[in-house]
Amino acid sequence: MPKDNDSGIGASPKRREDVRFLTGAGNYTDDINVHGQAYVHFLRADVAHATINSIDTSAAEAMPGVVKIFTGADFAEVGGIPCGWGVTDRHGNPQQEPRHPIIADGTIRHVGEIVAAVVADTVEQARDAAEAIELDLTDKPVVVDMAAALAEDSAKVHEDLSSNLCYDWVFGNDDDDAVQAAFDAAAHVTTLELVNNRLVANPMEPRVAIGEYSRGTDEYTLHTTSQNPHVIRLLMCAFVLGLPEHKVRVVAPDVGGGFGSKIFHYAEEAFCTHAAKACGRPVKWTSTRSEAFISDAHGRDHVTKIELALDSNNNFTALRTNTMANMGAYLSTFATSVPSYLHGTLMAGNYKTPVVQVNVKTVFTNTVPVDAYRGAGRPEATFQLERVIDKAARELGVDPIALRRQNFITEFPYETPVALTYDTGDYTATMDKLEEIADVAGFAARRAESEKKGKLRGLGVNCYIEACGIAPSNIVGMLGARAGLYDAATVRVNATGTISVFVGAHSHGQGHETSFPQVVADMIGIDESMVDIVHGDTGRVPFGMGTYGSRSIAVCGSAMVRATEKIIAKAKKIAAHLLEASDADIELKDGQFTVAGTDKSVAWGDVTLTAYVPHNYPLEELEPGLEETAFYDPANFTYPSGAYACEVEVDPDTGKVTIERFSAADDFGNIINPMIVDGQVHGGLGQGIGQALLENAAYDEDGQLLSASFMDYAMPRADDVPFYQVDHSCQTPCTHNPLGVKGCGEAGAIGSPPAVVNAVVDALQSAGKNVTHIDMPLSPARVWAAMNG
Amino acid sequence: MYEFEFVKPATVGEAVAALAEEDAQALGGGQTLIPTLKQRLAMPSRLVSLSGITEMQGISDSGGVLTIGGAATHAAVAAGAASYPALAELASHIGDPAVRNRGTIGGSLANNDPAACYPAAALGSGATIVTNSREIEADDYFQGLFETALEEGEIITAVRFPVPEKANYQKFVQPASRFALVGVFVARFADGVRVAVTGASEEGVFRWREAEAALSANFAPDALDGLSVDAEGMIADLHGSKEYRAHLVAVMTKRAVAAAG
Amino acid sequence: MAKVSMTVNGKAASGEVEGRTLLSSFLRDTLGLTGTHVGCDTSQCGACVVHVDGKAVKSCTMLAQEADGSDVATIEGQANADGSLNVIQQAFQDHHGLQCGFCTPGMVMSAAALLKDNPKPTEAEIREYLEGNLCRCTGYHNIIKAILAASGQDVSAIAAE
Repeated sequence: MPKDNDSGIGASPKRREDVRFLTGAGNYTDDINVHGQAYVHFLRADVAHATINSIDTSAAEAMPGVVKIFTGADFAEVGGIPCGWGVTDRHGNPQQEPRHPIIADGTIRHVGEIVAAVVADTVEQARDAAEAIELDLTDKPVVVDMAAALAEDSAKVHEDLSSNLCYDWVFGNDDDDAVQAAFDAAAHVTTLELVNNRLVANPMEPRVAIGEYSRGTDEYTLHTTSQNPHVIRLLMCAFVLGLPEHKVRVVAPDVGGGFGSKIFHYAEEAFCTHAAKACGRPVKWTSTRSEAFISDAHGRDHVTKIELALDSNNNFTALRTNTMANMGAYLSTFATSVPSYLHGTLMAGNYKTPVVQVNVKTVFTNTVPVDAYRGAGRPEATFQLERVIDKAARELGVDPIALRRQNFITEFPYETPVALTYDTGDYTATMDKLEEIADVAGFAARRAESEKKGKLRGLGVNCYIEACGIAPSNIVGMLGARAGLYDAATVRVNATGTISVFVGAHSHGQGHETSFPQVVADMIGIDESMVDIVHGDTGRVPFGMGTYGSRSIAVCGSAMVRATEKIIAKAKKIAAHLLEASDADIELKDGQFTVAGTDKSVAWGDVTLTAYVPHNYPLEELEPGLEETAFYDPANFTYPSGAYACEVEVDPDTGKVTIERFSAADDFGNIINPMIVDGQVHGGLGQGIGQALLENAAYDEDGQLLSASFMDYAMPRADDVPFYQVDHSCQTPCTHNPLGVKGCGEAGAIGSPPAVVNAVVDALQSAGKNVTHIDMPLSPARVWAAMNG
Repeated sequence: MYEFEFVKPATVGEAVAALAEEDAQALGGGQTLIPTLKQRLAMPSRLVSLSGITEMQGISDSGGVLTIGGAATHAAVAAGAASYPALAELASHIGDPAVRNRGTIGGSLANNDPAACYPAAALGSGATIVTNSREIEADDYFQGLFETALEEGEIITAVRFPVPEKANYQKFVQPASRFALVGVFVARFADGVRVAVTGASEEGVFRWREAEAALSANFAPDALDGLSVDAEGMIADLHGSKEYRAHLVAVMTKRAVAAAG
Repeated sequence: MAKVSMTVNGKAASGEVEGRTLLSSFLRDTLGLTGTHVGCDTSQCGACVVHVDGKAVKSCTMLAQEADGSDVATIEGQANADGSLNVIQQAFQDHHGLQCGFCTPGMVMSAAALLKDNPKPTEAEIREYLEGNLCRCTGYHNIIKAILAASGQDVSAIAAE
């Protein structure tokens, strides 16, 4: 296969999508305007919990430009937004699953919930009219704190449920006595209580939806800012609106980032689709950032107690966690899977701990629903584990890197006590690489320099492992997933040899338009410019499960490889016919089909032309045309892993933390485009550092979001982060997918928060401060308070 | 936003006349007002832009007094207040570059956000706020959160800053908004030192008299040893407690004195 | 409604606007220049940055009528006359300084304003200058690198190429 710096697997060609984004020629959903469109403004609850006694829309309906006003009653007949994962609790009972209405149906359960929707000629008219809607509400007690929500006498978020507990789940070793025995036998037990702070994903593009309906054909089109348009169509048609799927097209054009928050099916999508028919006009909604803060699903929000048992040789012998995870007021699409199977299965980390027990209680509160955000469960697992290991090292007076190395899993495949089988990995190699790129040996000298300036310097190190490439459908089906997690690709070869690949994965920053063609072009040996991908449109792409969980190249990419293999197999038969040889003797190299051992060959373009102009063609054996589809269902998860190091300076006078160095050594298996992989890690690190130092979605006791705009929700800025040292030269290829790839999209966000906190604790301890933990975000105020507590 | 009429007068006189209409409001750079309007938290019938008034743009320096037009942008002050480096430096760190190209000194002082930078400079310098009808000493001008001595329809046409011998502003930013969590402006004049604190107090910008006295006697960081502001009355929010803000006031004051040299 | 006229990317442009019409709305909705994006409502994200009379401004925090008579430059007018990417745009592509592309127009316009004032900025100066431009995808690494490169500085020593 041709291999140079600019093409093929392992090369870093410049991204082809960049040109349109750099010239203002992108096509984001809000850039689309449909003839005759009306605009919807959602009247959103400004209280967290109330009974809606009545809604008077009469004055609003008479306002200029108003087309139609909708309330909960208009959606009483349609389904609620479904939850895509049913978790079974420790007693074998299903999770509590309240109805999740499109518009509040008699009760408001969080600030931001839709109470009414006004469709009007202009967005300002819709907003004017919304202000004229009269609500008669009776406030109800607000439940915000998870521990209080679980108290027997707590007010309930949902009166029709038995309590605020969604499920009480146990995973790993479920024999409490056996686990306790392991702790009783330990030489040392380290315990840590910590919070994984609630975050708002905040992709820079706010959500947008445009619904259209054609009376002539009875067909609907929804343009939406989604990471997975096929799943949106399926959920909306089958569970919410009851529409025939073949009459609905969902298009997600250029999407300005997602990070999980655009996976889910949202009320606004179903609303615009439904309202387009009800109003007889297209209906458009563009979220403001202020709306996004109270209507996009939030992430994280776990409170955990973790205990680590070690024997007298400092080997990990048992691990036990007790976590409360916030669900918010309703179950978002994948909410229940995040604190359970995406979290509990990762609690073994990179370590051979024989006994692991994970306990999780998920809790309803009067807050915005919580769901997957970059990493989804895996950052929560990693944070607990890597913090408690660090704390254990300090308590035992041993080097935290050495303690980790001593307990690494070194034999593969490795079956963990929490249901996963790691196929490959080399944690020692990534730690070796990390120590090199982070110059751990030079830290002491750098600390001395910082101290001369009156600053405290700390070094924090941690490892991570994640399960990506979700997922084997039969396994996740047993665990409660209500969807398959395969993906699909169709490779359509045109007569002239150019190729369109229709992929189920959606690209919203990941660069699929560049990296996917690298694979197909490499396999065939043609120029990458001959291959385009098509994504984000259910009307064009046969099927797909979308982009999340670092799965695109591992799952959809594998489907694309399988479809391309089918193409090559068929093309070889055509070539064999043209060359009057057996197809078993045909070799494909550099876009030429050659009879092995001869100089007889035929070019790719001649074969593809023959497929569509089948004059000299084995029509009795082979159909004309050259188009193949493959569905790929992975045999296992993939297991990217790595080791990260953070160096901070802390200003002892103010508590301000500055990230001086950040180094990441990752094992992603084989890599298609190193430039894009670097970029994915950088972005993940930015978000992980943001979680560790800056970001906090905080509620007050009345259920009001205190950080409800960028004025109070601290987003990482360019001067909050350093240049990162990133390395992915340690590569243990995945053993079970055709490309040997593992996925890289979430690693940075998973692996970085504990390194930051470990580093800050190290810095404070270097000054003799007895600080063993600070909850994120490590704002100057919190660090100062910890130092002076 | 609610709809309003937009007018852009060319002179102060025309602006004053345009503001005479009920619910008319002056528009400086709009960097605070426009986001406020977007939230529908204000409902002016008419916005009177001050950006077209040439006589409110200039920056001039005469006899140790720097006069800045009320419509001068932060960027213009950063570039044009060379005779008062601490003020230029302060202006160059308000908001971000795009905000500095629109936001104005008059707009900032008229709004008197408790976490804004300019109130600290004006109070710390003992500036004079010049309006279309009168002159107001900074000590009389700031009257609490978002409260000033301005009357309805009164426009800040200029601000006169006496240039001190030495001065410095230290801002410790609120991590999200990048406004001042605590900002301290220290200025040494021949007849004494002024210390003005923004971001910290529930009453808005204030002078820290105790520090002024200590620094007037000895303009050195260690003159502040042992001094502190009372945590009561400080702002407590998501980004810092009363105690933290009180602590930062002392730290930033010391740093400002050290930097002023 | 009032009529506004301005020069946008070198061409005369005009339209009817309300008092409350923002410059960003005028560019996007009236002129169809949708490269200028709106990512927040508190004047912080910077996706909407354009140049008005040569200065970077947040077009979502400026009324359209304030720009009457002005010379406005947007991302759509940044490429070279032959349609090729200009030096900054090319550096963003060469150094993978964008992912989802939503913040990119504002980043490029801010970078252009920076380099006009400060042709050889340091890393720290670039990071500070971008205080008003949020990016959620890149962790800023490659944006800073791209701007350094666009200013003609050697970026080969920067890690993680």
